[in-house]
Formats: sequence, structure tokens, C-alpha cells
Amino acid sequence: MTTTAKPRTVGAARTRVEGREKVTGAARYASEQPFEELAHGWLVLSTVARGRVRAVGEEAVRTLPGVLTVLHSGNAPRLTTDFVSLLGPPDPVVALFQHDRVPHLGWPVALVVAETPEQAREAAEALVVEYDEEPHDVAFRAGRPGTYTPEDGSAVAAKGDLEAELASSSVLVDASYTTPEQHHSAMEPHAATARWAEGRLEVLDTNQGTGWVAGDLAQLFSLDASSVRVRSEHIGGAFGSKGVRPHQVGAVMAATVLHRPVRLALTRRQVFAVTGYRSPTAQRVRLGADPDGRLRAFGHEALNLTSTLRPFVETSAVFGRVMYDARAHHTAHRLVGLDMPTPTWMRAPGEAPGSFAVESALDELAERLDMDPIALRARNEPETGPLSGLPFSSRNLLGCFEEGARRFGWAGRDPRPRLRREGRWLLGTGTAAATYPSGAAPSTASVTAEPDGGFTVRISAADVGTGARTALTLVAAEALDVDPERVTVRIGDSDFGQAWVAGGSMGTRSWSLAVVSAAEELRGRLALSDGDIPPEGITARTDTAGLLAELAKKERHSFGAQFAEVAVDVTTGEVRVRRMLGVFAAGRIINPLTARSQLVGGMIWGLSMALHEEAVRDAASGGQVGADFAGYHIAANADVPVIEADWIDDPVPDDPVGVKGIGEIGIVGAAAAISNAVWHATGVRHRDLPLRPDRILQAEETGPGA
Amino acid sequence: MAPATASAITLKINGEHHTLTVDNRTTLLDALRERLGLTGSKKGCDQGQCGACTVLVDGRRTVACLQLAVAAEGRAVTTIEGVADGEQLHPVQQAFLDLDGYQCGYCTPGQICSALGVLDEHAAGWPSAATGDVRPEAGPPPLTPEEIRERMSGNLCRCGAYVSIVQAVSQAAADPARPATGTDPKEPAA
Repeated sequence: MTTTAKPRTVGAARTRVEGREKVTGAARYASEQPFEELAHGWLVLSTVARGRVRAVGEEAVRTLPGVLTVLHSGNAPRLTTDFVSLLGPPDPVVALFQHDRVPHLGWPVALVVAETPEQAREAAEALVVEYDEEPHDVAFRAGRPGTYTPEDGSAVAAKGDLEAELASSSVLVDASYTTPEQHHSAMEPHAATARWAEGRLEVLDTNQGTGWVAGDLAQLFSLDASSVRVRSEHIGGAFGSKGVRPHQVGAVMAATVLHRPVRLALTRRQVFAVTGYRSPTAQRVRLGADPDGRLRAFGHEALNLTSTLRPFVETSAVFGRVMYDARAHHTAHRLVGLDMPTPTWMRAPGEAPGSFAVESALDELAERLDMDPIALRARNEPETGPLSGLPFSSRNLLGCFEEGARRFGWAGRDPRPRLRREGRWLLGTGTAAATYPSGAAPSTASVTAEPDGGFTVRISAADVGTGARTALTLVAAEALDVDPERVTVRIGDSDFGQAWVAGGSMGTRSWSLAVVSAAEELRGRLALSDGDIPPEGITARTDTAGLLAELAKKERHSFGAQFAEVAVDVTTGEVRVRRMLGVFAAGRIINPLTARSQLVGGMIWGLSMALHEEAVRDAASGGQVGADFAGYHIAANADVPVIEADWIDDPVPDDPVGVKGIGEIGIVGAAAAISNAVWHATGVRHRDLPLRPDRILQAEETGPGA
Repeated sequence: MAPATASAITLKINGEHHTLTVDNRTTLLDALRERLGLTGSKKGCDQGQCGACTVLVDGRRTVACLQLAVAAEGRAVTTIEGVADGEQLHPVQQAFLDLDGYQCGYCTPGQICSALGVLDEHAAGWPSAATGDVRPEAGPPPLTPEEIRERMSGNLCRCGAYVSIVQAVSQAAADPARPATGTDPKEPAA
């Protein structure tokens, strides 16, 4: 790894600026600030998957000890829900108690508020809600009726005649893949505390963007935007789930009704029910190639479910639009609306399940061509965007494979499966490619020169565990040409102005652009001043909307190469990942210490997706079976071997900061690399995640090569 | 006088005595977080599955969400707030900080308390599922990465900091300056 920055700021490993607070327990998260007169809310979720609320037995619980109010569709304040904000329309579930329809199991039907959490919980569990139940349908599978093409401009992308090119190809792969319903499972459950103070609504929350949440709450409650302040200082993980959700809306509703501070903390089971999830997918990949491996046909169709309330597209088929060119290139999404919660973005939305299908299919094609999987990818490396024709801002995928292959020891690998045995274990290795967009969105930031010689940066960024606070400190220090110790970065406060969210691998890139821009403007103003800083300091504030509009239109993405070695015990069905290596081309790396953590964390998500994660829906009740960490498995420490992540130089010549996002690319391709390694170990292709022991055992019975 | 559904109790936390009246249903975790302002112990699942609320009770790792506050009376509770020696971080804390053994930080207090328990349990010769020779006379097994992974697996980390958590525990274990946590763990439970 080499980076070309000054060693004392960007490019030098630095521990987290809030690290001491985090290792001593002093860091206060959303539900941990004390308030006088604090009341506690407890949500009540529907126990039926479809129907209407007929009656809420509130009288019986209003007399229970400590109960202050019971809110439901019969008495709740009216909200405005038909708006479009920073990330589109709000999730349907935030229309809290606005009607008596129940569109899925776990739909919020009431909120009980009491003096203590124990009293609120007792009353919520005692509340009897009666329903008029209707038949429901939560069965997701390939080929089911009722699917449709979403009216999303990016739902379908095509060039050439796919069927004709498939017909004239020498080697074909036509395979179907599935990935299950998956849940974000951030360790900190969603929680918010709301209160009115001096005519303003204040919300302490855990979210990915305080400006986004504040703006949506203002819309929902028909408030002036300036009268809402949302703060989110420390966030215990997010992964796409921490936007506007019922906890903030319920807390604000209750605080408004009761004229006192109200905290609404979701239980773990409620987090599974009302904070979104990744839809299961059913995907078909069709590849046609010439004998030399060049693709003639690339087809990828992806089906996912959505609620009956709103289309949500898990953009699995987008992956191939960046990765591979072919004479005929056809990618499409379809949806089916079920009596399920609305899915949402979850770490590497689209690319995570999409890369599993495409990168597994590429491995199958390499096998049929008797070609090295890396050589196959090199053969199909596009010059420009396969569909857009635009140049890449930088594309160093092959550099990642070269460096990765060298370090992993790929050379000399015998491609034949089921040849390596160590005791009860069959061993194998696999690889896959990764990519994720490197976008940026307009953001504002201010930088203040303080009289004491320090500098204060204010931006409504969010550090969800990414190390953004530390990264922005280094970015600001470099732009100001001062030691990082002189820079204080304040984030997580909507009063700092609008900024992009911690999402889409766009946060640190978008915020860095704003901070650098404000710092440069401040330096210009300081150069013109006489050196005296007034008591209030000198502040420069910028908005990057203009700067971003001037950026040339290009294919801007991060790339990477994933490698995995697995051991499979075909008599027990156990799959162990023995080591993983990811090498990435992700622009300029600001802080190697936290960047490595984030990339490795993403790869562990890939491991977890490959081997463990699967939310099971009960067709009879329409609910998730075992909605907790005993029923929904995520990788534990003992599941995770030595995992290495590193990067190669990836300059982006025309970019003002050269920073790309690294939050999501670590998961992309990781599950495929593991699955390909399992084929190399056992000789069986697994096309359904996760790679459960029963599936390994079943495949042994069916026989290798099935 | 406390009503029948509440109890006046005295909790000994990080060496200090706290007298308070709690709803009998109050868990140790909620007493710490909601009543005593000790919010370092985290609530990740409230049902004993994630380990974020791990504290030491009489020196042994305990998930505070599955223990009632009234049942903790008369026992010595150590929370993350009691791990450092004033401004001086414990070597386990320092190693987590230096090696980036965390990301969002929410599971971190539980991981650190758990690591303290692991080091004591290991020193006392307790075997784990990763231990090859479990005969009592074999003594403590080498604290390999496999041993640490196994022993730390009651603490989930969704950010995926496991690799550096193992490095941090390993580094702290080798630190000659590491102080004892105070109370020896009792005999392993059957």
C-alpha cells in the first residue's frame, strides 16, 4: 500500500478521535442522555399480517400504574406523508397510526406511554387489539405469479439481441440463484428522545443523517424546518436501517401530546419488524462466450419482493452494467408485492446479492471454458462503461487481481475441484470481483478559525462507526495545513446545515468535498485579514452543489478483488472460511487504520451472508420466525478467521479530493468468492444462500457437479 | 416505604455503594442505565443473545439484561466505567483503542468486560471448546487466536471488528503491566 499524502494528516494511521469515550463507556448514544420528567413509550405491533384494526382496548390499560397515554389510529395526531425529500418519499411505516389498515405482521398499531419503561411495557403487553383479519401472502419464489416491472427508469437496461448472441455462443451458462431475506442488525436498537423546548422540537436520535431526519420530521408534523433540531452524536451501527422510522415519529407524537420529553426505544424484535430489511432475491444469469472467453451475451434478471404499499427495487442487476461488456447486454429487475414490510437499503444494496449471482456464474463459465477465473475477467475488462459508453474516472480492477493473486498465492492453483483433503476437511479456494459506485451529493460545511488558534468544522455528517469524524479531522487538517490536534470536528447536528447522509458509500466523499471547500475559502479570507481573530472567530461556509455540477460525467466506482479459502466437512455439512483477502482500488485512503477496519468489516458481512444469514418467514402467520439473534444468525467471533484487506494506488485525476467510498465494497463479491471456493473444495455448485449444512449434505447425496 | 412491587436495595458498583428503590422487574442493566446514569453497559437485545451488556459480577462475566437488579444485591459489580484506573486506561482498553478493535463502539464495553473475564478465566485454567487438552492437570492452554475467538464469541459485533478484537485481547494478555481485575472467578459452572 502506498499513498502519497503528508504523513501527519491524510494517509497516516490515526486512532479514532472519540476512541477514548468509546472504550471507557463515556460515549453517550441516543437513549442515554438524562432528561427531567422523561416518559417512556412502548410500541405495540400487529399480530396479524393483513386486515384492519377493529378495536384497541385502551380503557383497560389507561388505568394501569404509570400509564400516561395510549395512541393509535383512532386518536393520533394527523401527519403529512405525501412528500418527497432527500432520499425520496418516507417509508410507509412512518405514517404512524394514520389509518386502520394492517399491511403486514408487525405493523405499529399503538403506542403506550408511561412513567417508567417497565410500566410502559406491562401496559403495552396487556393492550388487547382486535382485528378483522384477511388472507395474506408472503410466499416469495422465482416464477410465482403477480410479478411486475417497476416504473423505475433504471429497472431495465439493454443493448443488442440477447437471444441471438446466446444462440451463437460456443459456451453457455444459464443458472438461477437465490439470496434470502436479510436484516441489518446494528447492535444499537433504534431509539429516540423527543421534547419541545423554547418553541423548538428537539430530537436525540441514532441515524445516518440528522438533516435528513429533521427535514422529514418537519414535513410529517407540518413544522417550519428551522423549528426542528435533530442530534445524533454517536450511532451504534446503521447499515442502511437508520433513517426515519416509527421510533422518532412516535416519540415526537407523544412528546407533543403530553408536553414532556418522551423516549421511544425499540426492542430487538421490533427492530427486526419495523426498520427495514434486504428483500430476498431470485436471480437468473445467462452468459454466452466465445472459446477465448470473450462474452457475447450477458443477461441478468433479478426478482425481489416489496410491500403492497410501495415498490422498492433491490438493484441486483446493476452490478453487471459496470463490470462486464458483451455484444448483447440485458439486465432487468422485477418486483412482486406481498403482505410484507417494505424492504430498504442494506449494506451494498443491489451489489451484494447481485454480485453473488454474477460472480458465481462467471466462475461456472471459467470452469466450462477451462480458463482461469481471473484470466476470464481480464479478457472481459471493458474500456468504457458497458452501457453508458462513458470513460471510467479510474478503474484498477486488474491491478487488484494482480496484487491479490500475488499475496493470496493464486498462481499454480489446480483448478480441478475436490482434490485437496486435510483430515475430515475438503479444501478449496475461490475468487470474485467487486465494484460499488463512488458518488457524491451536495453538502454544506463551515470552518471557523478560533481566537485560540484552533479550527472548528461543523457539518451534519454522521459517524455510524465508519470513522468519519476522524477522517474529516484529517481532511480538514490537510486543507488548512495545520496539525490535526488543532482541528475539532463537530457532526451529528441538523443545525449545522444540510449535508448528505452516511449512505451509499457517499458520506465521507461528499463531506470531504464540503470541508475542503470551506477550509480553502477560510484560508483565503485569513490571508486577507490582518491576523487578528475576533472572539466569535472567522467562519467560512460553503455548499458543494455548484462544484459537483461541474464534475465531468463519468463512470465513477470503486473496484476490488476478493479471495477466500474454505474447508468443508461433507459428513457434517460444516463450512469454515479459513482466510480471506480483499484488495481494493478505492481512491485515496484517508485513514488506513479505520479504512482497513471498514473493508474487513464488509468482508465479514460477506462471510456472514455466505454462511449464516437467513430470515425465515412463516407462511401461516406471515411473520419472521425467531426474530432475534438466536433465530437470525450473524457471524460471531469464532466464525471469522484472519481476514486481510488492503488497497492499491487509485488516483482519480479530475477529482477535487480523490476520495471514494469504502463502506460497502467490502461485502461485494465476498459471498461469491466463498461459494466458488466451496465448489473448488467439493465439486458442487451452490446457488442458494446461505450455504447451510443441510444444503451441503443434500448436495453430497445428489452428487458432485449437480 | 416501597410498595409491594418495589424493593429498596443497595448495589455495589465499581466499589461504590448505591442505595435505590427499584421496580422488582428492573433488570441490573436497566438499573445501571436508567437509574444510576451508568450507560456504558449497552442494551443490544435485552435477551441475553448479544453480550453488549456484559459486566463482571463477583469477577464473572454476566449479561446484565438477564439478571434482576434485586438479585445483584450484595455482589460486586464491575462495569466498563470501573475498568480504567482514573485517567489511565486498562491495557485491554488501550489495545482496543490502538488496534481499532471496534467501529461503532456499541458492543465495545461488553467486549472489553468480556475480555477481562476471558483473561481471568484463562489464567484460572478454564478450558474452552477450542482447548485441545482439557484435563485439569494440563493447566491453562496457550491463549491462541482460536482460543480467544471461541471465548469471545458471546459478544456479537455487527460492524465486523472481530479480527482486531482478537489482536487487542492477544496484545493485552501479553502486557506485563496488566492489573488483575480484583476478584478471581469462581470455579467453572458445571
